Amino acid sequence: MELDLSFFSMDLMRRYVLGGLWFSVQLTVVATLGGLLLGSGLALMRISGQPLLAAAASVYVNVMRSVPLVMVILWFFLLMPFALGRPIGAEWSATVTFIAFEAAFFCEIVRAGIQAIPRGQLQAGMALGMSRAQNLRLVILPQALRHMLPVLVTQVIVLFQDTSLVYAIGAYDLLKGFDVAGKILGRPIEAYLGAAVVYFVICYSLSQLAMRLHARRLT
Amino acid sequence: MNLDWDIFCRSTTGVDRVTGCFGQGGELSYLQWLISAWGWTATVAVLGFTVALFIGIIVGTLRTLDARPWVSGVATAWVELFRNVPLLVQVFLWYHVAPVFVPVLKAVPSWLLVSVALGLFTSARIAEQVRSGIQSLPRGQRQAALALGLSDTQAYRRVILPVALRVMMPALTSEAMSIVKNSSVAFAVSIAELTQFAMQAQEETARGIEIYLAVTLLYALTAFAVNRLLAVVESRMRVPGIGAVARQEA
Repeated sequence: MELDLSFFSMDLMRRYVLGGLWFSVQLTVVATLGGLLLGSGLALMRISGQPLLAAAASVYVNVMRSVPLVMVILWFFLLMPFALGRPIGAEWSATVTFIAFEAAFFCEIVRAGIQAIPRGQLQAGMALGMSRAQNLRLVILPQALRHMLPVLVTQVIVLFQDTSLVYAIGAYDLLKGFDVAGKILGRPIEAYLGAAVVYFVICYSLSQLAMRLHARRLT
Repeated sequence: MNLDWDIFCRSTTGVDRVTGCFGQGGELSYLQWLISAWGWTATVAVLGFTVALFIGIIVGTLRTLDARPWVSGVATAWVELFRNVPLLVQVFLWYHVAPVFVPVLKAVPSWLLVSVALGLFTSARIAEQVRSGIQSLPRGQRQAALALGLSDTQAYRRVILPVALRVMMPALTSEAMSIVKNSSVAFAVSIAELTQFAMQAQEETARGIEIYLAVTLLYALTAFAVNRLLAVVESRMRVPGIGAVARQEA
């Protein structure tokens, strides 16, 4: 079996791959930002001390974490047209799904980050006359975010890899780009190997970054 | 919205309802298909976890051999390789690419290839757990073992790993639950497991909500059963003073 390296041309990139890569990156960024926002809200609910809010957030988080992501993708793709009353494209459905799904995971990261801050910090803030919100914004969150950063980057790597699962609803992402090119050009072997290399390079670089952030935090 | 649970008693080959919900002589109801799909999910997950545990323990142990940089370097490369490529891509590589380069694999059934893919992907994650489990032990354990005259291999087999694996039980439990969920990627290479069933039965019956609910519930129940099973294993293996529970009590 000989590999045909001429398969990897600029034309392949332009025509099939870059569009998919762009969607994968976009999905990762949007799901990270949206998930972080929604996840922080959920985390605040969980530590709010209000039993109802805390229970609602914890049910949400536990349900999301006990279902395979592929099934969550399928669920949203099935239900969103009902909810909206009109059909929705696979790309949009995937975006909403990933924000909702990642929120559950970011919630736990944010919660762990906040709870890792010693209680004395909160008490010191209160002794200085800060309100609960001020305390959270000025004392707790800046420290918690710095604590969470390495774990967040690791989660983003997992998220980027997981975006490949939109294959289940046919959204056009990085993997799909290579998949389609391999089928049309009759070179599936080169296509799947190419996809693996691109994912590896991106994820490995990010994981080195996570390691550096981690090392810096420890020193 | 009305749910129609009767859908599971329908025949997969026609529109008739199968009497007693279980078809006779080659006729299958959706319920039977669901059960066999669950069987495939369980098969792939169990096989994958077996592979992952076996290789993960070896690779994780090798990573801690600081005195042999070559060995620990290869083990590190293994971990980086298998955890930085998406599982779905790895499944495609095993299913579409590997048999072209290794013709023997053409004779291997696809569910076995997927189990291996899932197992190797998870082995990288378990190796990391094993490494940090070993590194969390006080250095004195190994030094004491060596001082007693045990060889390096004996020290790992008799002292370090038995303790490290007990400390790791909660992490291993969550990996085992993850592998049940991750086995869902097998849909992409047409293994007749739960997710594949969900997609196909949804298309055939247009009763997606009932089908997805049943499948989702089965996944959650399976993960829960794995959790309980490993909790029993953990308590059976428990040695006073070692393990997560002991640490919490201290």
